[in-house]
Amino acid sequence: MGRIIIHQDRCSGCGECVSTCPFGAISLVSNRAQVNEQCVLCQACLSVCPTEAISLEEKKKDQPLVNGFSYEGVWVFGEQRQGIISEVVYELMGEGRRLADKLGTHLWVIVLGSGLQSEAEHLLHYGADRVCLVDHPDLADFHDESYTRVVSYLIEKYRPEIVLSGATAIGRSFIPRVAVRLKAGLTADCTALDVDLDQRLLLQTRPAFGGNIMATIITPVHRPQMATVRPKVMKKAAYSPLPKGRVQIETVPEDLIVPQTRIVSLVKDLTERVNLADADIIVAGGRGVGGAENFKLLYDLANVLGAAVGASRAAVDAGWIPYSHQVGQTGKTVCPKLYIACGISGAIQHLVGMQSSETIVAINKDSQAPIFSVADYGLVGNLFEIIPSLTKKLQEERLKF
Amino acid sequence: MKIIVCIKQVPETGNVKIDPQTHTLIRSGVPSIINPLDTYAIEEALRWKEKLGASTLVLSMGPPQAEEALREAVSMGIDQALLLTDRRFAGADTYATAYTLSLAIRKLAPYDLIFCGKQAIDGDTAQVGPALAEHLGIPHIAYVKKIEDIDLQKATVRAHRLMEDGYEILDSRLPALLTVVKEINEPRFPSLKGKMRAKKLEIPIWGADDLGGEVANFGLSGSPTQVKGIFAPPARGKGEILTGEAPLIAQTLIERLKAQKII
Repeated sequence: MGRIIIHQDRCSGCGECVSTCPFGAISLVSNRAQVNEQCVLCQACLSVCPTEAISLEEKKKDQPLVNGFSYEGVWVFGEQRQGIISEVVYELMGEGRRLADKLGTHLWVIVLGSGLQSEAEHLLHYGADRVCLVDHPDLADFHDESYTRVVSYLIEKYRPEIVLSGATAIGRSFIPRVAVRLKAGLTADCTALDVDLDQRLLLQTRPAFGGNIMATIITPVHRPQMATVRPKVMKKAAYSPLPKGRVQIETVPEDLIVPQTRIVSLVKDLTERVNLADADIIVAGGRGVGGAENFKLLYDLANVLGAAVGASRAAVDAGWIPYSHQVGQTGKTVCPKLYIACGISGAIQHLVGMQSSETIVAINKDSQAPIFSVADYGLVGNLFEIIPSLTKKLQEERLKF
Repeated sequence: MKIIVCIKQVPETGNVKIDPQTHTLIRSGVPSIINPLDTYAIEEALRWKEKLGASTLVLSMGPPQAEEALREAVSMGIDQALLLTDRRFAGADTYATAYTLSLAIRKLAPYDLIFCGKQAIDGDTAQVGPALAEHLGIPHIAYVKKIEDIDLQKATVRAHRLMEDGYEILDSRLPALLTVVKEINEPRFPSLKGKMRAKKLEIPIWGADDLGGEVANFGLSGSPTQVKGIFAPPARGKGEILTGEAPLIAQTLIERLKAQKII
């Protein structure tokens, strides 16, 4: 068991850690910080101490790997939906290639599906040394249990040191099962990856507390080191006309493939051409939009931009737009290249779902709205005038080309 | 039917403000609440209890004060509560958390359903639900937005799972673990009667010794992952505020975005 230690000789009693602790576990006793039993070892206090008086007592340094096997290689889970490889796979291949080159090792992509030989070969053009294909009719659709068993089987057979998957509905559902099955370390929803070459450790950076804190996570002695990676963050691998790797057909024991859940039907969200997770641009509306019918203005703008439409909780709760569009704490976390917030005041619950977007534009009539504090461009004014102006001007520009 | 609901007590980030300069949390006496997404799990258990008849139990691993969250769940209508607390559980990552919960649930067996919120708002991992199902060796369905039917005779559940591009309707055998999203229901408020009951209810506390299992598998020492460092996200530069006539500021914005090759 580890614990937080406050070095009393170095503590200046400034209280930074007291106000930072999300669990109220630090208090000042005779002008020195003290940790009480409410501490859950979240370590948020470590980096805020100006005198570096706080440390974590660690007991895991320089231990050998838990099971003594050697692990090598970087793997990417080649997620597919209805036979189409997901965009995030190309992003992970870009990042996976970079990590593999740094480590001087290979990059494999693992594809589970049915009739995917040509898709597997296509992936070789994006820098994979090998594409491992398990082709079986029962793997066409995603099932947690069978995917867990097959991917775990392959990992145990080949022992990669790093396994990356998209932090998608599929990846975030079954990868935790794989990690438990293998007792591997797993870090969710990473936004940056790197490697420590000395110890061949994967440095996994992810937002916590709704993006208010960034944490770097390591897996010291368990292998593989697994991470789900947020879509749209990593740079897509470049296409090369000359593939260098090969496709390897894997057969796995039949009993691994029997699904325990059965898909009755798939229902596509027909209101949306572009989904929020994949969108480069999101136009989102809040209470200021004023009604369901006014969302048409946002859809018009989204159409010229090729954007998806999002919403704040207020707009969803008012029944103006379905829940699947909700961005924020109880909805989706998004990080598009451009987020246009229209009539959204910017409550913290909304900000945590979109503040890692690359560029944020806010349109609001209240110049004091908190959304402006995270906006790169704040347009103060009436959205019913500004949005149509934007749509019209963008349409005119399109016509010029 | 027996339904177990797993909940987590979290700091209420709605009251947390971000320091615009340092981008860190400004926290002064932030109250603890039930993780908002877990309240939907509680509500769903109560609805199926009312529909089919069930005994319901709410389970949490956390520091001693997590008992407050359990009492709140009971005040909403949950029958029983159980708290897993022990210094040896501290610092658990999702693997060790799911392991600890699974030991308790094995002792509570038999059960038909386990409900969890999709994720907690402090860690945002969404990993504990699926990991717990794997530790228990039962199927799970993540991101459930609707439970269409629970058939106790056939021991099956039919649920709608939210995907990026729509949803899937799935059948699973029972027992199963479901993680739920906000769309599934509207959580009720505690009733006066419920509050009275919650006040009086005795909540058992189990520690590492009650659970059995390897002590080395609990808490920080049982966690494959470790936090190496924590830092503030890069602060956003001060934004540019555009005011004036709509067509003018619209034009300026488009020029800025084009100059930066954003559009």
